[in-house]
Amino acid sequence: MSRAALLVLADGRFPAGGHAHSGGAEPAVTAGRIKDAATLERFCRGRLHTAGLVAAGLAAAAAAGADPLLLDDAADARTPVPALRQVARRLGRQMMRAARATWPSDALDALAAARPRGAHQPIVLGLAARSAGLTPLDAAYAVAYENISGPATAAVRLLSLDPFDATAVLAHLAADLDRVAAQGAEAAARVATEGVDALPAASAPLLDITAEQHAAWPVRLFAS
Amino acid sequence: MTAAPTTLARPPRTPASTAGLHATARITARADAHGITRLPVLDGAGPFALRRIGGHGPQARICVVGAMSAPLGGDRLAIDATAESGAALHLTAAAATVALPGRTGEAATYDVRLTVGDGARLDWLPEPLISAEGSDLWMTTTVELAPTARLVLREEQVLGRTGEHTGTLHSRLTVRRAGRTLLDQETAYGPGVPGWDTSAVLDAQRAVGQLLVVQPEFDEHPAAVQLLGDAAGGPTGESAGQGVLAPLAGPAALVTAVAPDALRLRRLLDDAARYTAAG
Repeated sequence: MSRAALLVLADGRFPAGGHAHSGGAEPAVTAGRIKDAATLERFCRGRLHTAGLVAAGLAAAAAAGADPLLLDDAADARTPVPALRQVARRLGRQMMRAARATWPSDALDALAAARPRGAHQPIVLGLAARSAGLTPLDAAYAVAYENISGPATAAVRLLSLDPFDATAVLAHLAADLDRVAAQGAEAAARVATEGVDALPAASAPLLDITAEQHAAWPVRLFAS
Repeated sequence: MTAAPTTLARPPRTPASTAGLHATARITARADAHGITRLPVLDGAGPFALRRIGGHGPQARICVVGAMSAPLGGDRLAIDATAESGAALHLTAAAATVALPGRTGEAATYDVRLTVGDGARLDWLPEPLISAEGSDLWMTTTVELAPTARLVLREEQVLGRTGEHTGTLHSRLTVRRAGRTLLDQETAYGPGVPGWDTSAVLDAQRAVGQLLVVQPEFDEHPAAVQLLGDAAGGPTGESAGQGVLAPLAGPAALVTAVAPDALRLRRLLDDAARYTAAG
């Protein structure tokens, strides 16, 4: 395997469409819940340990070779609002295009054929990691990092936050990232014996509520 | 590295508790030849005394009356309720359940298992679960639904009694229908849980709840998304809490709501119930 593939996969310039999404930061900024670097960090920590943990588990399980269609059902069961299910599938479709061009594999082709409108993005990313020869833990790291780098980048645009401060927020969350990636990979390792119920299902009520609120706005800067 | 799991449905393994109370209440509802729901099994246990109420119509109504203070740390409590094919079972509670610390600092568990057969309906409408300061409760609610089963389930969690901090509360809600998982959600709040009181999860809200309605009709006519309370952009000022009613990926609608207190939470869930035809 090439560990360098992880840098390609986790690079914010990887053409998978993530830049158009704020990960819930846009409604949180509008509601005054994110207003500076400190409140951005709190938001990102909460998101990481809930939505981020669920995504890390799904990605690690896909990278470990679990059935992606069972994982896709598990992702639906863990995503109670349609706005977030649609976003996950749209991002999954974009990730699929980029992944098949970058690390082509039969497994990616098969999932693309079975889910033409897109599978949940962490599962596609996990399969891409597998195709690239990366480990389940690598996939969990890539997804968990993207889970907070998205809102941090969005906050720079939404608040004119100093990019140095936003990057410092991500650095402050390094230990939390380690923990979430390890938890996701550990749960994924149990899927082979325990089934997908072993995967985390942590929920974040405010992310769910504000995602639907945001989806109803007539004008918005980010798609989600 | 060994990361302590924050979102498992079980507390970290501890030696079998001898101090705590172990009790499982059991209810089985069965439709007789005339379509009237009978209760061949109605076994209260430990803190769960079961009272039959109402008695009008074909539905069986049971109220769970708290017979003692529970769950305390170390307790292992469970309720098993089954509505067999064609039966209608309506379960409520007389009062809120308060999770309290025990003498040993051990966690308590509380497992609710609901099974609903074809053509049957189960309403599970308990009062709120209050997580008292210092308590540590791991709760699971597991629902098994036949393809044409109906379910109305309400779950309310209140983090701390008035003027106190919350205890630690882990909860997992898993709903399977016709062998497929329809909903799987874990919540974890309180001391030792990273990020629970942040703006992505609960912010400053201390009451959080859900209302789940499963009915075959949603296959053809899914519920429409409905924003509730402050999320619907009502008058600003004192917060009413906020929520959303949304269709799941299956014939079900879920209301998710957060509010400053139990009263405002219930108001949001009651408002939402009117949109779901849950009656």
